[in-house]
Amino acid sequence: MLPTLPLVLIGVADLSAAFLFMYGLKRMSSPVTAPSGILAAGIGMLVAVAASFLYIFSANDATQPFLATNVGLAIIALMIGGGVAWWSGKRVAMTAMPQMVALYNGMGGGAAGAIAAMELFGGRAQGLMPLIVTLAGALIGAVSMSGSVIAWAKLDGLLSNPWRFKGQQAVNVIAFAVTIAIGAYLTLASLGTLVPVLGITTLITIFFGCALVFGILMTMPIGGADMPVVISVFNAFTGLAVALEGFVLQKPALMVAGMVVGAAGLLLTLLMANAMNRSVSNILFTNFGPSVTQKQG
Amino acid sequence: MDSQMAISGFVALYIFMLAAFAGWVIIGRVPAILHTPLMSGANFVHGIVVVGGLYALINASSVQQQIIGFFAVLLGAGNAAGGYAVTGRMLAMFQTSAPDASPK
Repeated sequence: MLPTLPLVLIGVADLSAAFLFMYGLKRMSSPVTAPSGILAAGIGMLVAVAASFLYIFSANDATQPFLATNVGLAIIALMIGGGVAWWSGKRVAMTAMPQMVALYNGMGGGAAGAIAAMELFGGRAQGLMPLIVTLAGALIGAVSMSGSVIAWAKLDGLLSNPWRFKGQQAVNVIAFAVTIAIGAYLTLASLGTLVPVLGITTLITIFFGCALVFGILMTMPIGGADMPVVISVFNAFTGLAVALEGFVLQKPALMVAGMVVGAAGLLLTLLMANAMNRSVSNILFTNFGPSVTQKQG
Repeated sequence: MDSQMAISGFVALYIFMLAAFAGWVIIGRVPAILHTPLMSGANFVHGIVVVGGLYALINASSVQQQIIGFFAVLLGAGNAAGGYAVTGRMLAMFQTSAPDASPK
């Protein structure tokens, strides 16, 4: 009886957060109302984060011994992560903002990847559909994370030259194919239709490693001037990863917010590329080979 | 996991489809000076992943899950807080009556 009320409160909080995000984004798309738009979205975020702590009341028996530590860790992580990012976002120079967006976007991708890792390592993703969705979210999140970090490093001047070598396209294709193959093998092994040669845990680790490497390989050959468009692509990727993990966690707020960002990010990417008189595939694959297509989950 | 509703199969696809359409329509016909602030704003919105991280961390039942969950919340909180700070500063430039400031 008792756990019902907290869950209803969480549901209401998540619903209002999803509404405020869309309302805020709508207001942000006009210069006159833009500053109030981010405020609305910020209120939605605060409500959703505060309501998440009500999950304390619905924790199951296996969690009970860890609950106090979990809540402590959650508060510490919120304060450190939020505090450092807030402080750096407030004091960074105006000209350095695009790379900060890339960095924060990479953090979001990493968070989505970490949630996927918890589900996979914990063996909580059972059945074909949840496994595939979790792995797709993990792949997109990890690619977005390492790619965004490279984009940040390039804009920040840490990596100055585009890194190209002969046969790069082939290497990228192979890296992507290997990642997909390991994901497929992992799915079959987890379902019990294959006897795994390596342990499941090792396979999951290799899968994340390959995805991170692919994100780096994909971003390295792209020049610094094209980076804003690339950041926008990764922004859409992270949104998609968040939406997929939202499905795995059965959190509709994450599904809606992630998918809204995924679609909005895609449209923004097209608009930005249009403003530069370039096509998106031209920016992403000129140094990369037209034969490779983006995996959308 | 046992909230009032279970979202599965086609219901999930309907949610995804409607949300994607909403996102596409919301951003449509935006002036070019708002591209970068909007990208930053969208970046802030997917900081909602921190809520998923909190859910996973609070329900963690092993030390390994606690460690990974800690990083999920840490990174998600960074995404949300940093995204808000940067977007707020970009959009503050539109506060004056003349929106002629460059968004970068």
